[in-house]
Amino acid sequence: MQFDSFSAFLDMGGYGFYVWLSFGVSAVLILVLIVSSMIGHQQVINNIAIRQQREDKLRQVRKQGKNAKRNANQVSTNKSAEKVAQ
Amino acid sequence: MWKWLHPYANPEVSYHFTGKLIPWLSALAAIFLSIGLVWALAFAPADYQQGDSFRIFYIHVPAASLSMGIYLGMAIAAFTSMVWQFKLADASAAAMAPVGAVFTAIALITGAAWGKPMWGTWWIWDARLTSELILLFLYLGVIALHSAFEDKNLAGKAAGILTLVGVINLPIIKYSVEWWNTLHQGSTVSKLGKPSMSVDMLWPFLFCFIGFALLVATIICIRFRSEILARNSIRPWVRALVLAQTTLPQVSLSQVKSTENK
Repeated sequence: MQFDSFSAFLDMGGYGFYVWLSFGVSAVLILVLIVSSMIGHQQVINNIAIRQQREDKLRQVRKQGKNAKRNANQVSTNKSAEKVAQ
Repeated sequence: MWKWLHPYANPEVSYHFTGKLIPWLSALAAIFLSIGLVWALAFAPADYQQGDSFRIFYIHVPAASLSMGIYLGMAIAAFTSMVWQFKLADASAAAMAPVGAVFTAIALITGAAWGKPMWGTWWIWDARLTSELILLFLYLGVIALHSAFEDKNLAGKAAGILTLVGVINLPIIKYSVEWWNTLHQGSTVSKLGKPSMSVDMLWPFLFCFIGFALLVATIICIRFRSEILARNSIRPWVRALVLAQTTLPQVSLSQVKSTENK
């Protein structure tokens, strides 16, 4: 141990401000980088999930639309068949 | 001879491989950094000229050499992508740029905080400091180009060209202290393989350096995985993985089904 007391450790032989400024700024920058990288990873996953859900929804709607059209066609052909029968 | 490497060119394989690496890398980084930083701050001897301000060295030098090392890695990735059209290399270059920018900023800020008590000034426009500042601007340019295009292949190409042009800056930074008169001191650690440094200062330095390098590797792995997912979002394996890992509520799919039943 190079320092006799905790206050001597903080003082850093008179250079305390510069030493702790360096270590503090570095710690903050690195922590921000780590946290933003981890949040960014989850964000990428969520963005893909949102797009995926939108695509699935579109596909369902399209399928529904096609079914509705086919039903409508069937109804009209039935009606015309009835007319012919009359 | 290089055949064992081929499977890692597959995005899915590299995604899972880097996922397995992260816990090991981060644990080792934490061990090395906690030993190295406590040693550097409390147990390493003070410099006979610079006193305790010398302790800034244990962050400043690893950050500065890693800022150049990351740039070299990014340049190799850009070259690989350009010559062999290897898409994963672009993803890794995009992952490295922000990490490199942060470590360049740390090198500049700790350098300023060390310069003030030792030289009497926070900043001086001499060769070493200016070329390191240019390195920061190169990183920022590469980050901007990677996010400037919707098409990631085009973005990778543009950023890759800037990266490769910027490589000229690396030898300028490295040799600036020898080529020009400067306030910045010469190299103490890597002086022709014989460090002109006391052993009880060299050991904590090595712990800090290895710790920071492992930390850089961890962060690059995290960002690399995000880049892989973003670039392969339509692949089935990504769709399956996203469905399992999203934090969003899974309402819309069931909603669609319920409206279908009506």
